[in-house]
Order: sequence, then structure tokens, then C-alpha cells
Amino acid sequence: MARTAPATAMTVPVGDPVLEVKALYTSFFTDDGEVKAVRDVSFDLAAGETLGIVGESGCGKSVTALSILGLVPRPGRVVAGEILFKGQDLLTMDRDELREIRGRDIAMIFQDPLSSLNPVHRIGFQIDEAMHAHNKIPDAEVKPRSLDLLKRVRVPDAARRVRNYPHQFSGGMRQRVMIAMGLSNMPEILIADEPTTALDVTVQAQILQLLRDLNRDLGTSIILITHNLGVVAGLCRRVIVMYAGEIVEEGSTEQIFDSPQHPYTWALLRSLPRVDASRHERLRSIEGLPPDLIAPPPGCKFNPRCPFRLDRCRRDNPPLETVGDGQRAACWVTMRRAYAEMGAATITDTRPGAASGVRGSGIPAELASQTPESAGGAATPEPEALPHD
Amino acid sequence: MTSALSTGQPIGTRPPGGAEPLLRAVDVVKHFQVGVGAIVKAVDGVNFEVREGETVGLVGESGCGKSTLGRVLTQLIPATSGQVIFEGVDLVKLRGEKLRQHRKQLQMIFQDPFASLDPRMTVGDIIAEPLTNFGMIRGRAKDARVQELLRVVGLNPYFNNRYPHEFSGGQRQRIGVARALALSPKLIVCDEPVSALDVSIQAQIINLLEDLQKEFNLTYLFIAHDLSVVRHISQRVLVMYLGKIVEIAPSDELYSVQQHPYTKALLSAIPIPDPRVERMRRLVELSGEIPSPLNPPSGCHFHPRCPIARAPGICSETEPALEGKAPGRQAACHFSDEVMTQVGRPVAKEA
Repeated sequence: MARTAPATAMTVPVGDPVLEVKALYTSFFTDDGEVKAVRDVSFDLAAGETLGIVGESGCGKSVTALSILGLVPRPGRVVAGEILFKGQDLLTMDRDELREIRGRDIAMIFQDPLSSLNPVHRIGFQIDEAMHAHNKIPDAEVKPRSLDLLKRVRVPDAARRVRNYPHQFSGGMRQRVMIAMGLSNMPEILIADEPTTALDVTVQAQILQLLRDLNRDLGTSIILITHNLGVVAGLCRRVIVMYAGEIVEEGSTEQIFDSPQHPYTWALLRSLPRVDASRHERLRSIEGLPPDLIAPPPGCKFNPRCPFRLDRCRRDNPPLETVGDGQRAACWVTMRRAYAEMGAATITDTRPGAASGVRGSGIPAELASQTPESAGGAATPEPEALPHD
Repeated sequence: MTSALSTGQPIGTRPPGGAEPLLRAVDVVKHFQVGVGAIVKAVDGVNFEVREGETVGLVGESGCGKSTLGRVLTQLIPATSGQVIFEGVDLVKLRGEKLRQHRKQLQMIFQDPFASLDPRMTVGDIIAEPLTNFGMIRGRAKDARVQELLRVVGLNPYFNNRYPHEFSGGQRQRIGVARALALSPKLIVCDEPVSALDVSIQAQIINLLEDLQKEFNLTYLFIAHDLSVVRHISQRVLVMYLGKIVEIAPSDELYSVQQHPYTKALLSAIPIPDPRVERMRRLVELSGEIPSPLNPPSGCHFHPRCPIARAPGICSETEPALEGKAPGRQAACHFSDEVMTQVGRPVAKEA
């Protein structure tokens, strides 16, 4: 049957927070200096919730996840903060205590399922092992449960496939095995770090459907870390947007996609080509590059690329503040004001070459003459509101 | 500045078709011998045209043969059989110096901007290498040309003495574009040019490619697995599955009407950055995964995964031809009428 992917994320009851991350700082101490990969990150994850953490490479989304599980590789370490799992601080636990929680209460799946599986052991053995390690599942139930899990993640012919080795599985099937393994101890939280990035789009759709079903049927909370905004829109109930190690915006999926308040979120959504677009529109690219995390710019980290920056943005880093019901953004301006006073609706330099950096940028004359209507008169702070290189 | 670079003519002003296409692939086949007696049919009889000034997108999942096809068209690897007719000349028959001279017109941009630039060469030398190879210009004129090319792709012209490691992924991809433009080619095969880049950088490179096309009247064959990107940049889209083209359609029409069940499934699987659209999504689930090109299924290659296949029957016995079913469109399916009329509601098997 053709299936309509139900809005499961919306229908799962959401309970108390199972995970609270408070003022997390994680840095890598390299020969070149301290790379502040995660700076002052705080968020809650409720029971049964699906939370997306999105951002581009180097924004700190994966390091945040690794920090939760105590898996930050050297020369990195958590510098400050609290990570409370049901009220217990994971950062103050010793190694053995953390090992108990990892895999049993909080499981993680990674982008590359091949390097996460041991090539010399059978698939079934590896799933069994995950359960034996925590003694949560009675030994007698382990083998039948491995088989059940493989069926649940829809590995065809599971009874035969438990005896296969990882190389006998395709990429999509390996990711299903990783999910089965992650679920083996009935964790409360599943952290999925780019789980579909290495997979083809038809396989990606199957894996996302699987994660949706698991969230609905088992109530497992899911943290989905991805660069793909489409994937987030389909699976998550709430979204955190990260840029240069910080949370720049947080809100419900509808808020983030319908009325983003941080210019980075806004610009990112407008830079995506959509397969369902009805006509060809020039993409609005974000000029420039993400900052160097060893020496980030003062003030707001996005200010050198932001079309709406003020003087203050270059000096002071904006705090994450409430901008709507459950929506927070770290911006001195916010898109509401950018639309009302800075003519955000008209900032689309469509001259050939402008957005690709071929030509010098700046608002062209014909656009400047269009602004009065939407810009509400003379309030536009010139020339700072101009896009630039 | 050489003349071909400046004779840019806006695209879209001339009627498509009419004259001989810039590139025509006729029954192009590329088989690889692997081990004893085993043959991978990477490209298995492909026919299509690329008209001057247009962008043709080539889309498909990993292993469908799209990159191999791109390499055969540019003659980076020889075709097993078939013809690649470029400006009226069959490149497959050419060898040595004659082929080399034709290749000037056919350049390529690669996926990985880290692997496709020699780390020991300066950016200036990388961009000048094609000019040097063809002995076109030297000395001051060459330096001036390199600087002009850097400017054209949006880089500082005085970066010519720097090395690739000093640049970010997006900037390296711009260097790759400058190198491809050096010989003023007519056709550029772009093989996944943005898939290694971050989202905010992807749009910069896509816009750059569009601007250059207008300025220099370039023709692109744009190969990518991301149908959103392909649909955006192309006028026509070719969909490939297991070594064959299964559908050709104008990109404006592709999302609304599909004539091949694989295209339909592929489109239904693409995540759209809009929670409302996502909630209404009807996923056409395909059973299983792409079969091995070592031993492709009989009849229609897609039939074991096809939700509407008559198998055993015509679909498992007879290979459907790629035929015109509507103006500007072709599909290789025995039941394309059926696919077309099921508006967004194909009968899909449970995986």
C-alpha cells in the first residue's frame, strides 16, 4: 500500500525531560590553540520527544552528542557544564557508571555503519553482545530478542541473516543492524548522528520511516543530528539550529520552518533548492564562510555573513532569548524586525553574479527603490543592512 | 581574453532543438571486466541528446552508472561500444592527437574538491595547466588569463600563488571551475559538483554555474544524486537506473507527472524542508535495494522492486524501450500510461 507517513512526531505524548544539557562547553586543545567546538549549549529533551539538531560541518552538533555520551576524542574534552540524565549528572560519573548508561539508557548510531560494526563477528553475535554487556535482558532471551529486533527493523530473511557478517550487508541493511543494536537494551534515548547521510535517498526514506515507527511504538526519545533540513522536517517535533559552536535558534519544527527568527536559519532555508518548486528561482546563497573556531569574530559569530547586522552585533554576542511561545533565538535584530524595518523581503540581489560572488555585492538601485513599502519608510539602518562579501 | 569566452549569448533566447544537438549519445555501452567471466554492465545502451546552451541533469542512486556515463562521454574512459557524437564527430572513433584536440571543448568538474586539485601545485599552475598542455598562451598572457579566470569564478585574482590547502571546500570547487573554463569549452560535465559542500556553500556554487552558463553560453551535463539540485539547475532531467536511462523529462514537469515507477519512488523519497509537505508525504516504498549490475534482472531491470510490475509476465521477460510518450518526454516502461494516471497514488508493495 502507498503509505502516508503519519505525523507521528506530533501524536506521541511528550513527558518530563529525560535529558537536560546545561551550559555545556567542549573544546579541542590543538597545537594551534583552543578550538571552542561547543559553547554554552543548553537544551532539554522530553520523554518521547524527537529533537533535531541541525547545522553545517563544524557547527558543533556532533561534538554535542559525543559530549553527552562521554565520547569526545582527544585532544577534546568537556570544559564546563552539566548533562543530567533523569537528574544524574553524566559528567561527574566515573567511567564504569557512564559505561552502564551508555548503550543501556542512551544509545547512539553513527553515519557510517560499516566502521561501527566488527568485521570478524556475525551480526547476531554483535547484537547479543550489546545485551550481554548490560545484563538488562536475561541471557535466555538474548538470542530470540536479537532475531526479533532484526525483524522489527525489517531486515528481510532475518533468521538467516543473523548468521551473516557485516560485509554481506548493504549500507542500508547495516544501518538497520545498528539501529537494532541501539534498541537492544530498550534505551530511553536514541542519538542518531547523520544516520542516513551515507545512504541513497530511497533507503534514507525507509530508515526515517523506521525511526518514526520506533518513536511512536516504543516511545523512545530521539535526538537526530543532521545537516539535512528536509530530514528534520519529516521526523522532528522540535529543532535546534547550531552555528559556530552555539545554539542560534530553537523552536518547534513549525516555528523554525515557518517563521525563523535568526538570520542564519532564515538564510539557510532560502538557500535550499526544492524538488517541489514550481518555477526556477535563483537560490539565495549565504555569502562568505563559517568562522574559524580558534579565533571567532567578536560579537555574534554570524555577523560577518549577516545582511542585517548592526554595530552592536560586532561587539556583543547576543544571548538566546525567547522570541515566541517556546521559540528562542540569539540575535539582536531577529527576522521580525528585519522584515518590518530592514526590508528583508526585498533583500534578494538577483543580478547575475551577485549571489555567487562573481560581481561586487550590495543592493542594486532597482531594489533600493522598491524598499519604501515593505521597509516602512526611512528606518533602514544604512549601510549595515546591505549584503556584502 | 580569448574570443570564445566573450561571445557569451543569453540562453533561452534561441528555440531549443532545431539544429544538430551539441552532443548525442547513441547506444553507449560501458562494460567492465571483473575477475574471470564476470562483467559489470555499468552503462548498458544509453541514448540521449544535449542541445547547445542547455543544462541536462543526470540523476540516479549510487551504482546506477551515472558517473561512468559522464566519463565515457568525455572519453576519460573508452566506451565498450556505441557512439558519442560531439559537434557531428564520433569521439569514440578518434584516437591520439585528434581526440585531444576535440577534448578542448569538453571539460569536467569533479565531486571532491580536495582530491581533484594537486596539493603540490599552485592554484595558478593548476588553472594554467590546460593552457600549457595545449600550448595556447604563455608568459604574461598566461598569467593575465589565470587572473581573469580567478576573477570570473569569484576568487581574488592575486591568489594565483597560493596552494589548494589554503582554501575552503567551496573555494576549491571554484578553482576546479576555473580550470574547466580555461580552454573555453562548449560542454562541461559536472560530476556531483556540490555534493561534498555544506548547504550554505552549495547555493553559491550552483549560482556561479548558472551565471557562467549565461555569460559564456556553456552547455552542462549535471550529474548528481540529489534530485532537488538537479531539478533546480537543469532544463531536462535524465533518470538512470542500473545502467539504463528510464525516464527523460523537462524538469518543470518531472515533479508533477512521472511516467516511470522508479522516478515516482525516487521523488516520493526526497525529504522536503517543509514540515507541512512532509506530513502529507506518500512514500512509495521500494522493496529491497538496487541489484548488482553484475547480474541485472531479466526484462525490465527495475521489475523486482517495481510496485506495478507484471512478473512473471511482460516486465520480467521483455525489456521496455525508451520511448516518447508525450512531447519532450521519454520513458522506458511497459505501463507508463498507468504510472502517469495514478496521480500520486501508486500501488506500492510493503517492503
